[in-house]
Amino acid sequence: MTLLAAHAAVRFGLGARPDMPAPADPAAWLTAQIATLPELPGPGLGEIQAALRAQRRDIRHPGVGDILRTESTAWATRMITARRPFAERWANFWTNHLTVSRRAFQTAAWLGHYQRTAIRPHAFGRFEELLLAAYRHPAMLSYLDQTNSTGPRSVMGRRGRGLNENLARECLELHTVTPAGRYAQRDVTALARLLTGWSAGRGEQFREEDGFLFRAEAHEPGPKQLLGRDFPEGEEGGAEALRFLANHPATYRALAAKLARHFVADAPPRASVTWIEDALRNSRGDLSVVARALLAEPEAQRPLRKVRSAQDFAIAVLRALGFGAEAAPVLLATLTRLNQSLWNAPAPDGWSDEAAEWAAPEQLMRRLDWADELAGRTTAGGGADPGALADTFLGALARGDTLAVMQRAGSARDAIVVLLASPEAQRR
Amino acid sequence: MSPNLRRRSFLLGLGGALALGGSRMALAAGPPGEKRLVVVLLRGAMDGLSAVPAYGDPAFAALRGPLALPEPGQEGGVLDLGGRFGMHPSLARLHALYAANQALVLHAIAGPWRSRSHFEAQDLLESGATQRLPDGWLNRALSAMPPEPPGAARRGLAAGLDVPLLLRGPVRVGSFAARARNRPDTETLALLARWHAADPQLGPAFAEGLRARGFSAEALAGQAPPPRGVNGFLVLAESVGRLLADPRGPRVAAMELDGWDTHAAQAQRLGNTLRVLDEGLDALRAGLGPAWSQTAVLVMTEFGRTARINGTQGTDHGTAGAAFVLGGAVRGGRVLTDWPGLGPGRLFENRDLAATMDLRRVAKGLLADHLGLGAGALARAFPESGDAPPLPDLVDRSA
Repeated sequence: MTLLAAHAAVRFGLGARPDMPAPADPAAWLTAQIATLPELPGPGLGEIQAALRAQRRDIRHPGVGDILRTESTAWATRMITARRPFAERWANFWTNHLTVSRRAFQTAAWLGHYQRTAIRPHAFGRFEELLLAAYRHPAMLSYLDQTNSTGPRSVMGRRGRGLNENLARECLELHTVTPAGRYAQRDVTALARLLTGWSAGRGEQFREEDGFLFRAEAHEPGPKQLLGRDFPEGEEGGAEALRFLANHPATYRALAAKLARHFVADAPPRASVTWIEDALRNSRGDLSVVARALLAEPEAQRPLRKVRSAQDFAIAVLRALGFGAEAAPVLLATLTRLNQSLWNAPAPDGWSDEAAEWAAPEQLMRRLDWADELAGRTTAGGGADPGALADTFLGALARGDTLAVMQRAGSARDAIVVLLASPEAQRR
Repeated sequence: MSPNLRRRSFLLGLGGALALGGSRMALAAGPPGEKRLVVVLLRGAMDGLSAVPAYGDPAFAALRGPLALPEPGQEGGVLDLGGRFGMHPSLARLHALYAANQALVLHAIAGPWRSRSHFEAQDLLESGATQRLPDGWLNRALSAMPPEPPGAARRGLAAGLDVPLLLRGPVRVGSFAARARNRPDTETLALLARWHAADPQLGPAFAEGLRARGFSAEALAGQAPPPRGVNGFLVLAESVGRLLADPRGPRVAAMELDGWDTHAAQAQRLGNTLRVLDEGLDALRAGLGPAWSQTAVLVMTEFGRTARINGTQGTDHGTAGAAFVLGGAVRGGRVLTDWPGLGPGRLFENRDLAATMDLRRVAKGLLADHLGLGAGALARAFPESGDAPPLPDLVDRSA
């Protein structure tokens, strides 16, 4: 595989597969993937609500676990078999940006639905639509404690309930302007008041098709001022505030830096960030335009600058070995073993995208162990072709040393271990 | 090879077989179906001329240069097998079994293939055919044996995390993995550590990870022993022995050991690997206990290595090499070989020890005389092997 094709596969895609020929024009292959992602089937809101109700009655009820299993298996299958791997990586990036973790109680049942219905349809749309879809989804509302946040002067508030600032704070700190946006506590409070009433439907109240419910009786009355700008009372006030934040210059800069960190380097050159920031500003947050700009960014063409996350490593290995849907449980178990269990980020800032997180001693040892076991399993049936695997997995990115040692390795298994545990295999 | 090659056939031994045979046979008598067979695959091609040096061959010392160990009786010398052949000093326990007529050596032996590719040759070694098959000869041999009684373990046992091709096939087999591990081998770890060291982000983490697992820089350089417990083969072999000893346990097992691909600095590396093998085989014997008397162990590799040493004090992929058969049921104390010689014109393609015995004959001999397989079953285990008849008298048939 040529250097360009190999780079496209590992930096922007999820790793090449033996049954998908390397693109003759990698740039065109990537650009062609920028199109709205197809709607995916999966458990619906009714089913999820029913499972949650059953769990409230009996904590041992298997409904929530079944839904999580179905959703994570579908995700893992998609990652291993995806034919639009850049689009999938893009959707994963935004899922991680707008992290919901199942470490929080009662989010597990929602996570697959969240990515399928809130993130993916908007991943190549406007960032403001993506942000709104995420914030209207029960997963985010529940994860960041928004569902019961109550305006102190609302009907409910006068009965003694109050604000919960969690979603508002993470919105400013992580999802939009970041501390570089120079917001103050009064802005956090203002946004929290703007978002009061944003909640998820439950039981008979559950009627909206996306699971969102605006509880007017919990909404703080009156206009609010956020970052020097006035927003009206009501559901629309919150939405306007989010649109304002989504298109704030500080948000563009923060998103550009985060994208550059993922697609260019841990410490991307200033020019890379500006390049992406310009695309965000000029398109008013159109993520398909941003994706195109990113693919063309000169610094993003320098190979192997990033250390692979555990997820990147495991997916790429299983793809290169030609596994299919049958390996979905292997992928999920491996992610747990490599400390990046699916949809289980430790905190709302999501999984780290920097080498310091992944180039860690035990991480690398566990990757080595897994690679060795997998190599053993792959070669036990005989007929494995390490050379072909090297071409799929790394192509021209493989170092001569690695290929030479593979050639003279004492067994197919050893040849594959050397490949999968090589330093270049840990990079993308 | 050329048919007019002058060969000397000889049978070497310590001559104790008859004296010890009686007591062993008495011990070995037991109910039918008590026979145990263990196959140990040495992946990576063991250098037969180092494991079993032909120190008596006039051409040996010149070919092997610094890899030729001193003759028997000298400091660090080989362990004698009755003149002409010796055993590497790291195989002291195996040598003791040989002396007790419980181990025999086969030399100048190879499978019917002439591939020098590890991967192809290992597949053929395990398939038991001249072309790759999806199942292994040991599994096909199992299919000729009566099914295990209800409640007993499966007859076949794969020792390790995976079922090797050798044991794959229509008959279901059990598998067992001990917790200790010795993979990848120290040398591969050292290589990966060196590579990672060139990466400022990955290097320190990789080194620290290895250190946490007990691999100091000295251990990686081969200047200090690898951490304790890393000889997973020993732990596994002992466990396999115990499982096989169980009256309701498996009867046929496959194990594997790698680290044989000694292209460079062979003296140090091969010595370590041979010691691991030696200790492992001894642990297997210990685990088997009294059932050792009913056991035959076949130790084989995919091909031998070049007769001459290469430019990096190692050897490259070759043709014929050595194999071992050991166990309480084995008529040991012998070196079975039709020695082709190492002198001018004797080497295969002027580089390798020539093959004068087909490895399949040994496997078929054990299946026939030890496990009692008939001609039809042998032909199914080793298709198109009419030119490789079972090698007789490897075990005590009366036992």
